[in-house]
Amino acid sequence: MSEPAKPAASAPRRRFLKEMAGAAGGACLLAMGVGLYSKQARALPAQAIRPPGALAEDAFLGACIRCGLCVRDCPYDTLRLATPGDGVVSGTPYFTARDIPCEMCEDIPCVKACPSGALDHGLTDIRQADMGIAVLIDQENCLNFLGMRCDVCYRVCPVIDKAITLEMRRNPREEREGPATTRHAMLIPTVHADTCTGCGKCEKSCILPEAAIKVLPAHIARGAPADHYRRGWEEKSKAGGSLIGDQVKLPVRGLDGQSAPGGQP
Amino acid sequence: MSAQHPGVEAIAAKGWLRAHKWLLLRRGSQLGILAAFLAGPLFGWWIVKGNLAASLTLDVLPLTDPFVFTQMLAARHWPEVSAITGVLIVLGFYLLVGGRVFCSWACPMNVVTDAASWLRRRLGLKGGRTPHDATRLWLLGAVLLAAAITGRLVWEWVNPVSMLMRGLVFGFGAAWVFVIGVFLYDLLLAGRGWCGHVCPMGAFYGLLGKVALLRVSAHRRSACNDCMDCFAVCPEPQVIRPALKAAGQTHPVILESACTNCGRCIDVCSQDVFRLGSRFNRSEQ
Repeated sequence: MSEPAKPAASAPRRRFLKEMAGAAGGACLLAMGVGLYSKQARALPAQAIRPPGALAEDAFLGACIRCGLCVRDCPYDTLRLATPGDGVVSGTPYFTARDIPCEMCEDIPCVKACPSGALDHGLTDIRQADMGIAVLIDQENCLNFLGMRCDVCYRVCPVIDKAITLEMRRNPREEREGPATTRHAMLIPTVHADTCTGCGKCEKSCILPEAAIKVLPAHIARGAPADHYRRGWEEKSKAGGSLIGDQVKLPVRGLDGQSAPGGQP
Repeated sequence: MSAQHPGVEAIAAKGWLRAHKWLLLRRGSQLGILAAFLAGPLFGWWIVKGNLAASLTLDVLPLTDPFVFTQMLAARHWPEVSAITGVLIVLGFYLLVGGRVFCSWACPMNVVTDAASWLRRRLGLKGGRTPHDATRLWLLGAVLLAAAITGRLVWEWVNPVSMLMRGLVFGFGAAWVFVIGVFLYDLLLAGRGWCGHVCPMGAFYGLLGKVALLRVSAHRRSACNDCMDCFAVCPEPQVIRPALKAAGQTHPVILESACTNCGRCIDVCSQDVFRLGSRFNRSEQ
C-alpha cells in the first residue's frame, strides 16, 4: 500500500517546490535587475537641479516617494516631475534653470509640501538652500569677460553682492592694443559658492543664446581642498607671523633692477 | 454561459443596469479619483493634490500609499509627520474594507488589465504561461530587500502602476511603454498575470486584506446553476471555490485576501448568489 502512495504524495510536493522555486527565482531576478538598473540610471544630468532642501542625491532617492506635492505647491511652475526619457529618475522633482529658475520664495512652499522629508524641513531660510552652484562656464563668450558691461547675472542675483560680486580686473587688450578710452577694466561676475543657492536666476537671464553662466550640481561644480593642505598666508595670520622666519629674496634673471616680475618698469 | 460572453444570462434575468451595477460603481470610483486629481491641473479646482503615492485633499487630509511608505522605511528613511498620518488613515481604511479594494476601486491599472482580460476572453486567447500566485509575494519581499540593500526605492524605477498614475496626472513621457507592456503581458503572455500574479503592490494590499471586515459572500449558493460566469469574470478565480462550493470551509464568505471586492461576480450572477457584507455574517439562504 505504501509503495504506490509514495510517488503520488511526493509528485504534488515536487511540483509545488518547483513552482515555488520558479516564483522565488523569477522574483529575485526581477528585483535584482531593477536594483542594478536603478544603480546605473541614478545619475542626475548636470542641468537638472533638485528643489531647495533636497537631501544629497543618494539619500534623496531613498526618501522621495514621487508624489509631486512639491510640484503642485510651487507658485512659479518651476518644478516638474521627471518622466521616463527625461534622464532624471522617473517621478522625482527637478527644474531646469534656463527654462524656469527657482524664485526663492521666503516661505519655501515646496519644502513644506513634502510629506516624506526628501526635501529637508530643517530648511527654513531659503538663503541657506543648496540647490546647486552657478558657474561662469564660458569665459570666452561672456560679455563682461570681453570687457563690456553686461552685468545681468549679477543684477538679477537674489543674493546680489554676496553670491555674485563683480571683481575688477585689468583688461589684457589694453596691453596688446595700447590704452584706449573704449577699453575699460573688466568687471568679472564672480560666484561665491558658500552663498550661492543655485536658484538659477543668473542662468535664466544670461542674454547670450546659450547661457555663459550655468547652475550645476555641487558635485560637478566644485573641487575639494585636500585635507593636508595648509594655506601659508592663513597660517601666517593665525600664528601672527611667518612660521619659517624671513625668506631670502633671490633676484629674477633678466629682470634685474625691476621691482617685480611682470610689473611696470 | 459561454466563457467568451459571461453575464448574458444575468442581463436577461436582471436587466443590463443591474448586471453592471458594481462594474459601473467601480469605474465611477476610478474615474472619480482621477477626476479629483485632474481638476486641479486642468481647471484650477484643487480638490486633491499629488497622486496615489501621497496626496493632500482640500489642504487638510493627507493620504499616503502604504506600499511606497514601506519601501521608504526599507530604504532607511524616516518621513515627516504628514506622511505618517496619511499612511495610518489609508491603512485603517483598507483594513476595514479589504486591502485589494485599492486594486479594483482606486488603481488606474485595473482599467488596463480589465481591458486586456476582456479582450483576451473575446479573442479566445489561451496561450502563454501564468506565473505562480506566490510570485507577487516573493517579488514584494525582493523589492523591499532591494530597497534595504541599495537605500533607494528601486521598485519605483519601473513600477508601472505608479507610472500610470503619475503619467495621467503629471504627464506621461515614455511611461506609456510600461503601461502598454502590462497590457500586452496580460493579453498575450499571462491572463490576469499582472494584477493577480506579479504586482508587488497588489500583494502588499492583499496582506492588508487578511482581516478586512467587508467581504463577498455566496449566501445563496444553493441557487448556483454552475454557469461558471463568476469564474470567467473573477480576476482571482481561485478565491470563489471555497465559498461557493464549500471546498475546505463550510461558510459561504470569501475570506481569501486576494479577493479584490470588485463585485463583478455579484453582477454577472443571474441567480443573485453573491452579495457584499460583513465577514462575520455567515448566514445562508
